[in-house]
Amino acid sequence: MNARKFKDKLGTSVAWICSGITILFLLVFLGRIIYKGFSVLSWNFVFTGPREAMTEGGIYPALAGTFWLTALAILIAMPLGILTAIYLTSYGKPRWLVRTVRIAINTLAGTPSIIYGLFGMAIFVNLLGFDVSLIAGALTLAILALPMIINATEEALRTVPQDFRDASLALGATPRQTILRVMLPTALPNILTSTIISIGRVAGETAPIMFTAATFFSRQLPKGLSDEVMALPYHIYALMTEGTHPAKQVPIAYGTALVLLILVITISALAIYIRYNIRRKRQW
Amino acid sequence: MNSYKEKLFKGITYTASLLAIVILMAIIYSLFREGLPLFKVTRLSDFIFGSAWYPTHAIPEFGALTLIAGTLSVTLGALIIAVPLGLGSAVFISEIASPRLREIAKPLIELLAGIPSVVYGLFGMAFLAPLIRDWFNLDTGLNVLSTSIILGIMIVPIIASMSEDALSNVPKNIREASLALGATRMESITRTIIPAAKSGILGSVLMGFGRAIGETMVVLMVAGGSAQIPGSIFDSIRPLTSTIAAEMGETVMGDLHYRSLFALAILLFLLTFITNLFTELVFLKRSKR
Amino acid sequence: MVETQIRTEQLKLWFGKNQVLHDVSLPVYKNIVTAVIGPSGCGKSTLLRCFNRMNYIIADTRIEGKVLLGKEDIYSGRSDVTSIRTRVGMVFQKPNPFPKSIFNNVAYGLQIQGKYPKCEIRDRVEQSLKAAWLWDEVKNRLNCSAMSLSGGQQQRLCIARALANGPEVLLLDEPTSALDPQSTAKIEELCLELKKTVTILIVTHNIAQAGRVSDYTAFMYLGNLVEFDLTEKVFTVPSDKRTEAYLTGVFG
Repeated sequence: MNARKFKDKLGTSVAWICSGITILFLLVFLGRIIYKGFSVLSWNFVFTGPREAMTEGGIYPALAGTFWLTALAILIAMPLGILTAIYLTSYGKPRWLVRTVRIAINTLAGTPSIIYGLFGMAIFVNLLGFDVSLIAGALTLAILALPMIINATEEALRTVPQDFRDASLALGATPRQTILRVMLPTALPNILTSTIISIGRVAGETAPIMFTAATFFSRQLPKGLSDEVMALPYHIYALMTEGTHPAKQVPIAYGTALVLLILVITISALAIYIRYNIRRKRQW
Repeated sequence: MNSYKEKLFKGITYTASLLAIVILMAIIYSLFREGLPLFKVTRLSDFIFGSAWYPTHAIPEFGALTLIAGTLSVTLGALIIAVPLGLGSAVFISEIASPRLREIAKPLIELLAGIPSVVYGLFGMAFLAPLIRDWFNLDTGLNVLSTSIILGIMIVPIIASMSEDALSNVPKNIREASLALGATRMESITRTIIPAAKSGILGSVLMGFGRAIGETMVVLMVAGGSAQIPGSIFDSIRPLTSTIAAEMGETVMGDLHYRSLFALAILLFLLTFITNLFTELVFLKRSKR
Repeated sequence: MVETQIRTEQLKLWFGKNQVLHDVSLPVYKNIVTAVIGPSGCGKSTLLRCFNRMNYIIADTRIEGKVLLGKEDIYSGRSDVTSIRTRVGMVFQKPNPFPKSIFNNVAYGLQIQGKYPKCEIRDRVEQSLKAAWLWDEVKNRLNCSAMSLSGGQQQRLCIARALANGPEVLLLDEPTSALDPQSTAKIEELCLELKKTVTILIVTHNIAQAGRVSDYTAFMYLGNLVEFDLTEKVFTVPSDKRTEAYLTGVFG
């Protein structure tokens, strides 16, 4: 009996220790980024461009670039993703096609982001002749976001009770009317929160934009779809690997990382908070 | 009129779904179109089993074995760190923590899973690598150990979150049945709950594995970048992803070096594809039950 | 002689390989309440769903035989399923209002047809709510969420929603099984009132309810229509032993 009690205590302690180590790691990690980043963070840092060969100044062009890349990517991916999810959940015939689409989506979801980068470079940059540009990067990121949005929308549509669909059909609504007037509006809050989470993911991606959109330095904000852009994640990478004055550039990299972190965490936290509230208030 | 709108709408959704297939096909096509011509010059066996990666020499050599070894070593290292930590945390959150703590921990993990990998890379490069260099008296801290630790921390949230889902999906009655038979809490966890959640846990590990194999920014920044088969955890290595990312900028479109990087991408794609297939099978088995 | 509004002829139905309905021929008379009773799993709900083609949305369903609405076979290729469903309304076991406002719930059927001006929709929503005895309770909060209503109110809202389409037939699928006794009584009374304008077919597992509200009763057992006659007759002198056994509580 004592041996069993001891084992119980031991196992519990191991679980405690594992969580403790994880939290410790993450605290050191986050603490380091916040501590180092905070020392360079200022209004000027966020809202001015880089100066003196990237050794001084701020990151505004990179912030703007990330904004445009992400916004365009989501605007492209969202309608496509929602329509696909509607097909999968509401029409779903022929079955073999649904199965094939699912396999395709799952494969896409598991494909490393660097491969998206290569694909974007081969197709958008070279084959279609967009060159390294905002639009090539946004399209590449849109493809990356597509499986996330499809999966999230599908899940959201599946949580709409069958009762609602029956009620609508029994009132003489067509499948299209049922989807557009009952299913989608009911699922919309959930679709939106999941989309917000994918915004966070897209904003932080580096590998897909390396060869399709990003540039280390540009003095100005992007003027059009065919301009190269700076982006926060790529900026961090470039400062750390291509920089010539580490003593001055590493702190800037930390500052950029903190801005990116705040951006991504705020976006995801918002989504998680909204979802929590939806779940609490949901009446069906 | 109405039925025309119905058909149009259905057609649009149908077309959108086809797009997912088209995109996948296009990705596979572009990888193979750009990568396959390499094998007019290099034999497939030399590519996979050759250990000399000198793509820019006068007589270039394209042996990817060192790169594959690099990928596998840090992936394995990451799993060795992340699986116990992730599983332990999952057990803690789902079985031991108070409901209130769980309410906080779950979304926190989700948040961590969303942190951009380049930020982890920065941390590894600017903080962990120098630390490891000084602790172990090395020339450089950019090596297998640092990379494994960073990759490991990165995938802990994935493993913890998915395993936790699997554990808390185990029906309550199984839990209670075990306790009612006089088992201690740990006995219930190890003998009934974890076996019942087995496939979900395995799926989470495979998911972490796939993520680690495909991760680019961390290995690009922390692994050091020398193309060698690692002899110890203090050696620098050059995994597949970072080779592609680092060298693509130096290539000329269409030359052999460019083709060899696409050939690496084919390899990487197949590796992750097989991993996904396994994950899928694991989950399929579970959903059938 | 009473007029037949809708009827089935030799109706057979399969879910996959499993035959659920066997040669059911049931007439439903105009402006009368017909109850379908029987033990669970006898196919009474499935039969009900045949009258507005709601079985079609379940995969692997195969139907033979006819369902005639007036003279039209609703399963023939020519008939339009959405117009059938506006002519044959349905209310489900569990109240299922949409997560929309009270007004938009009732207006839904009219809005989707897209041919009614706003003022007419407004009028018909009011009429329908009055007909379902809900108007006085909700007239001051038509824009509130339908989810804020009580269970009984929600079910009357679902009835109003079905009535707004101006149906000829109203199908009620165990409409009170999720409600408390008071709400149940109210809906039963409502049925007696509604039958003046609409034909009602109600499926119920509550024998007493069938006795209270229906003029005709059909008894189903294992997918067969065992007995169909005036309710008094079925309840007092059933012609089939199985009906008698069910009514006296031998099984069910």
